[in-house]
Amino acid sequence: MHVVYPAVVAALLFSIGVYGVLARRNTILVLMSVELMLNAVNLNLVAFDVWLRDALHSGQVLTLFVIVIAAAEVGIGLAIVLAVFRTRKAIELDRLRELGEP
Amino acid sequence: MIASLVVVLPFAGAVLGLLLSRYPHGRSPADNLAANKRAAWFGVVPTALSTALVGWLAWENTPSATTLTTIDTGGIAITVGLEVAELSVLTAMLVGVVALAVQVYSVGYMRGESRYPSFSAFISLFTSAMLLVVFAADLLVLYVGWEIMGLCSYLLVGHWWEEKANSRAAIKAFLVTRLGDVGFLFGIFVLGFAAGSFRIADIMAADIPEPTLILATLLLLAGVAGKSAQVPLHTWLPDAMAGPTPISALIHAATMVAAGIFVVARLYVLFPQPTLDVLGVAAAIGMLGAALAAFAQNDLKRVLAYSTISQLAYMAAALAGGARDAAVFHLVTHGAFKALLFLCAGAVIHHVGSNLLGHMGGLRRSMPVTFVTMTIGYAALVGLPPASGFFSKDAILYGLERSSSPIQLVLYGSALLTVGVTGAYATRAWLMTFFGTGKVQALPEPAPGTAHVFDGREAPLSMLWPMGVLAIPALLLGFTDAGEFHLAPAVTALAVALLGAAFVYVTWRGAPERDPARLLGAFRDPCEQAFYVDRLYAAVFVRPVLALARGVVRTDDDVVDGAVRGAGRATVGLSGLTRHLQNGNAQLYVTGVLAGVLLIAVGAVVLG
Repeated sequence: MHVVYPAVVAALLFSIGVYGVLARRNTILVLMSVELMLNAVNLNLVAFDVWLRDALHSGQVLTLFVIVIAAAEVGIGLAIVLAVFRTRKAIELDRLRELGEP
Repeated sequence: MIASLVVVLPFAGAVLGLLLSRYPHGRSPADNLAANKRAAWFGVVPTALSTALVGWLAWENTPSATTLTTIDTGGIAITVGLEVAELSVLTAMLVGVVALAVQVYSVGYMRGESRYPSFSAFISLFTSAMLLVVFAADLLVLYVGWEIMGLCSYLLVGHWWEEKANSRAAIKAFLVTRLGDVGFLFGIFVLGFAAGSFRIADIMAADIPEPTLILATLLLLAGVAGKSAQVPLHTWLPDAMAGPTPISALIHAATMVAAGIFVVARLYVLFPQPTLDVLGVAAAIGMLGAALAAFAQNDLKRVLAYSTISQLAYMAAALAGGARDAAVFHLVTHGAFKALLFLCAGAVIHHVGSNLLGHMGGLRRSMPVTFVTMTIGYAALVGLPPASGFFSKDAILYGLERSSSPIQLVLYGSALLTVGVTGAYATRAWLMTFFGTGKVQALPEPAPGTAHVFDGREAPLSMLWPMGVLAIPALLLGFTDAGEFHLAPAVTALAVALLGAAFVYVTWRGAPERDPARLLGAFRDPCEQAFYVDRLYAAVFVRPVLALARGVVRTDDDVVDGAVRGAGRATVGLSGLTRHLQNGNAQLYVTGVLAGVLLIAVGAVVLG
């Protein structure tokens, strides 16, 4: 399989993630978009690891790291979302702007 | 060696008095009294020892010079040394006796005063500095003593600094004498560099060209005029009377103000005729003007202050006229009788609770001892035989009569006129203090600077003793030099003085309750204001400087601070434009980050 296919898929996935982060208002969906971006990166790592025939398979190892970090991130992120919802009864990102300059 | 001991002893007394008087630190009245007692011992004993040593030096009467150490400056070396000569021993004797009398006197005068320990310590420090000036063998060492004296004068004039006027008087005294001291220091430099040494003996032996000598001595003269309160730098002395009376007696009558005259006498061979003429003109104006001002003053201490200026101008005139020995003789007798007059004035003020002559009168019955001693003092001031002033004034007048100075006529005429005015103002002060009806009334609580209201009839013994002791030299010192007595000038002076006194007496006799100063008529107000010199200085120097200072403050506020504040305001304004971007929407921020990353990526691709 040519390396272009996974690369194009990864680029599409990443673009969807960017769009989600920038455009969605729901915080949970924004978190999911972040996951999409991370997985696009994972896909790239695995594909290029194979294409380059890396003897140490550093791409795959790095992928495992990224998966672990993504899991932790989602855990913390969801916890924050829960806490925000309990205090404000809302998780729309554009309504959470207390830190802005008045 | 003995000379250095003489100088160091009062200094040690000052250090001990400052450090140890309050040693078991306590604030209760009993602790204060104990501290005052210790301070009195620290003040009196070293001064007494020092005076005794000076007496021994006078007994030995052998000129000597010691060099303690030489300070290598890279240029002209400074030799720290002392020199004992006849003039220095004579002056040191005066300083020691007056300082001792004043130390004992202040024990009574400042009784119960909480700051007495520092007061007596400063007197000791002053005594030490004056003795250093007297014995110094090097001009820079002399200058050290000279400056410490100025400092002590400032500290002691402002002793009752709670009163605004007192601290102002202290600052004025300090600044005006400082103005002269700048000239003095530069005069020392000119002399030192011309002679290649700061040692007085070397400078006197050196062959210095006349123009340099004129420049140097004129600069020295500025310092002399400042310290000795000569025209035009005399204005600080009457105001310095805000200090406690013992200070006026010691510093502003007998010793420090005599230091200027002493220095001229010490370096007399260096003074060329033009400088002496300048000194003579200042003295001729000063002696008559100050005597007239003394006649119109209403404050007893100010009368004596102007009298001091006038008498110092006498000595300066004698120096200008070439009669150095007469000037030194008058310096010593004047020191004795003026200190006596001030101590008596202090006793009177203590008794009355006011400085003003108008509040006094009829005191000869309630204060018999003070009456006798003060009468002796006035007799010496006027120059009545056999008091000391009679002989020293005679010597000066004789010297001025024979003088070869180009302004001899001015000097002699002014001196003779001043003798008459002196008789008048002394008689006026004497009559208004001790005769007429008593106006003494108990004041509730005097302001600081006027001394305590005293309950007793006569001053305490610790104040009477110094007055009695000083009355002896004031009365008899003249006979030490009676061999030089000349009848003709003495009779002239006596006649003129008695004429002045008689005028005042007749005026006073006509209306005892009115001030004899009305003799001056329309001229009285200018005399009371000392011919508006203070106002002139205020208009010419003080106000322009104040205006300049205000301008500087405004520039600092508006221009310098304005630039700083403007920079701050501009930054805040600019940041107001960008802060609208920070609206709290995290997605907007991320968009910005993405845009930045894209920009960098595109830039890297295009430019790379």
